[in-house]
Amino acid sequence: METLTAHIESIGFWTNGLPSWDAARAFVATGALPEGAPGKPSPQLLPPNERRRAPESVAVALEVALSACQAAGRDPASLPSVFTSTHGDLSITDYVCTTLAAEPTAMSPTKFHNSVHNAAAGYWTIGAGCFEAATAISAYDGSFGEGLIEALAQLAAGAEAVLLVGYDTGATGALRSVHDCTGLLGGALLLSREGQGPRISVAYADGDGGTLPGGDGPLGRHAGGNAIASMLPLFDALASGAGHVVLRAGPPGRVLAVDITHPKGSHD
Amino acid sequence: MQRACRHVRQADVQDIAPIRLLSPGEATAGHRRIGHGPYNPGSFPDMSHAVPSASQTPTPMAPLAIRAYTSTTALGHGLTAQAEALRIRRSGLRRNDFGEGATAEARLDTWIGRVEGVEDVVLPSDLLPWDCRNNRLAWLALQQDDFVAKVGDLVARHGAERVAAIIGTSTSSIGASEEAYTRLDAGAFPADLRTPLLHTPHSIGDFVRRMTGIRGPCVTVATACSSSAKVFAQAARLIHAGVVDAALVGGIDTLCGSVLFGFNSLGLVSTQRCLPFDARRDGLSLGEAGGYAILERVADGEPGLRLCGYGESSDAHHMSTPHPEGLGARLAMQDAIARAGITPADVGYLNLHGTATPANDTVEALAVAGLFDASLHASSTKGWTGHTLGAAGIVESVFALIALEHGLLPGILGDGEPQPDPACGPQIQFANADRSIRYAMNNSFGFGGNNASLVFGKA
Repeated sequence: METLTAHIESIGFWTNGLPSWDAARAFVATGALPEGAPGKPSPQLLPPNERRRAPESVAVALEVALSACQAAGRDPASLPSVFTSTHGDLSITDYVCTTLAAEPTAMSPTKFHNSVHNAAAGYWTIGAGCFEAATAISAYDGSFGEGLIEALAQLAAGAEAVLLVGYDTGATGALRSVHDCTGLLGGALLLSREGQGPRISVAYADGDGGTLPGGDGPLGRHAGGNAIASMLPLFDALASGAGHVVLRAGPPGRVLAVDITHPKGSHD
Repeated sequence: MQRACRHVRQADVQDIAPIRLLSPGEATAGHRRIGHGPYNPGSFPDMSHAVPSASQTPTPMAPLAIRAYTSTTALGHGLTAQAEALRIRRSGLRRNDFGEGATAEARLDTWIGRVEGVEDVVLPSDLLPWDCRNNRLAWLALQQDDFVAKVGDLVARHGAERVAAIIGTSTSSIGASEEAYTRLDAGAFPADLRTPLLHTPHSIGDFVRRMTGIRGPCVTVATACSSSAKVFAQAARLIHAGVVDAALVGGIDTLCGSVLFGFNSLGLVSTQRCLPFDARRDGLSLGEAGGYAILERVADGEPGLRLCGYGESSDAHHMSTPHPEGLGARLAMQDAIARAGITPADVGYLNLHGTATPANDTVEALAVAGLFDASLHASSTKGWTGHTLGAAGIVESVFALIALEHGLLPGILGDGEPQPDPACGPQIQFANADRSIRYAMNNSFGFGGNNASLVFGKA
C-alpha cells in the first residue's frame, strides 16, 4: 500500500474546557484544565455580528482553522482546504426536520443555506477571501481519517500546503435517539510537503480502530463523546510525542496506520 | 446547494443574514489566484489591498480511463434513455407530485424531475436495514448498463482494497430523517428508522460500499451542487498518488422536503418549467438522479474515453449568490483546461451549470464568453432533468461523455421559443447539434461558492 507523507506545520484545537492547542497540550502533560474556558468558540475570521450568529459547527471549524494558520504564519487565502465532519451541524438538521414536519413553508432561508455540509468551508473561504479549492466530506467514524488522506493526496498532486479541518457538534432534539454525540470539537492541521514540524507517514491497513472512537489518551477520554473524536488518537500522539497511532478509515475493518517523527527536542 | 441557487432576493426575505463578510478586493479574473499580501498572524486578514499573486497554473495530469458510465434520471433508467431523450428533446419534468403529510399539504406549485420507479424498488434482504428513497435510487442506478458486473470485475481484477468509492450528494438520505420527525415516538425516532447511518451524510457512500464490496477509501463528498463533479477530482488524486488502482465515482440525490422547501425559502423555485439562459427565466426546477463512472489508469495505446482534467475553486463571495464577475467559475474552468493540457479552443462541448436562476445564468454566460471563442457549443441540460443538486455533477458529466461518444451535443430545452438572455454569447446554444468533438467539459457550482469543472476527452 502506498504511503503518503506530510509535515504538520501547526495545529488548531477547540473543545469544551480546552479552547486551544496550548491548553490541550498542557492538559495532556499535566491533566490540568484551564480556568475560565469559554463555553463556545469566537472565530475571529468572522465580523462580530456573524460571530454571534454562526452555527456552532461553523464557529468551531473557523476557530481551529484560523488558529492553525496563525500558528504557522500562513495566509488563509493561500490554502486549499479539506473540511471533514461526520454529521455537519446536528442542531440545524434538527431545525430543518422539525420545521418540515410542522410548517414546511416556514423554513428559514438562512438556516437552509447553513444546512449544507460545506457551510463551514463556505464561510471559511468567504471570510478568508480564499479562491482556492475547498471540499467538505464525510465518512462516518472514518471522517477524519479520510479527510487526512484527501489532504495528503492534494499535497501529492502538487499543493504546497493544505488545511485540514475536522469538527462535529452534539446531537439535539429527536436526533439524540439515533446519534449519541455530545460536546463541540474541532481540530485543524496545517499540512505541507516541505515544512517544519512533525512528519507523518500514513497508509491504509486492516484493523478496527479499537473500541473507543477517541482512543484512551487524555484528549480521547476528555472529548470522546463527540462524533469526530476519531481524530483524537492523532492529537493525543502529537501532544505526547508518541510515534505511532491508528485512525479509523471509511470502510469498516480498515484503518490508517500513522507513523509520526517528531522534531528533536520537541517533547523533552 | 448550487451556484444558481445563489440568487437571493434579500429585500424579500427577513431573516437572510448579511452573509457577505468581506470584500474580495480588486479581484480580477486575469490571474490564476488572488492573493492578499503578507498575512499578519494574530490580526484580522486585511482584504482591502488585494493583489494578484504569482501564477500557479496547474501542470497537465496523466489522463485516466473512463471505462464505464451510467445515469438514471427523470429521463429514464440508464444511458439509452438519456441519449434518446436528449436527441428527441423530450423533457423529464412533471408537475410537482412529491411528498406526503405536511409536505403534501403545503405542496409547492412547481415542476420536478422525478425518477420513475424508485418507490417500487425492493432492496435485497441484506440491504434492507438501509432502505430509504436515496438508497433505492442508488441501487436502481447501479442496475443499469451492466454496472453491477462491471464493478464486480473491477474489484476482482484489482482487489477490493485497491478500489475507492467516492460518492457525491447534497442531502443524502435526509428524507428518512424527515420521515422520522413526522412519526416521533415520545420524542424519539420510531423503531423502524433508528439505523444511525440513515441519518448522516455518509449514508450514501456507505451504502455504495455495501452494494459493491469495495474496501478501499470510501468517502461521501457533500459540497452541495458541485459534489459529484468533485468526486472525479478526488478519485483522480487517489489513483495518481498510488493509494488505489481504480475508483467507482458517482452521485445520488433524491427529492425531499429539505430541498423543495429550502430552495423555495430562498425564492429560487420556478412555478414554470425552468428556462435556462432565457431572458424570462425565474428559477429552477428541482430533480433527482443517480449515476456512476469507473476510473482506472490508461493502458498503453488503449483507445476510449478519458478524464483529462479537473479544476476546483471557491468564489470567496457569498453563501448563496455567485461571484458577480464569475471569478470562481472562471478559475475552475481555467484550471481544468490547464490540467488537461489543452486550450479553450480545443473544447467542443461544455455542459453548463445553467440552473435557470437569474443570477447564475448571467454570471456563467459572462464567464464563458470571457474564456471561450465563438466555436464552442455550450448548453444547460436542466430543462431535461431539472436541477439534480448533488447528482448534477455525474448526470451532466454523463451528458458530456455522450456528446464525446456519439457526437450528440444537446442544446437548451425550454418552451420551444427561446428568448436568449442578453448576457449569452455565441457559445450558448439552444438547438441540438451533431458533430464529432475531441473534448467535452462539465461545470458544477454549489452553495458556499464551491466550483468544479471537468474536462473529458477521447483517444
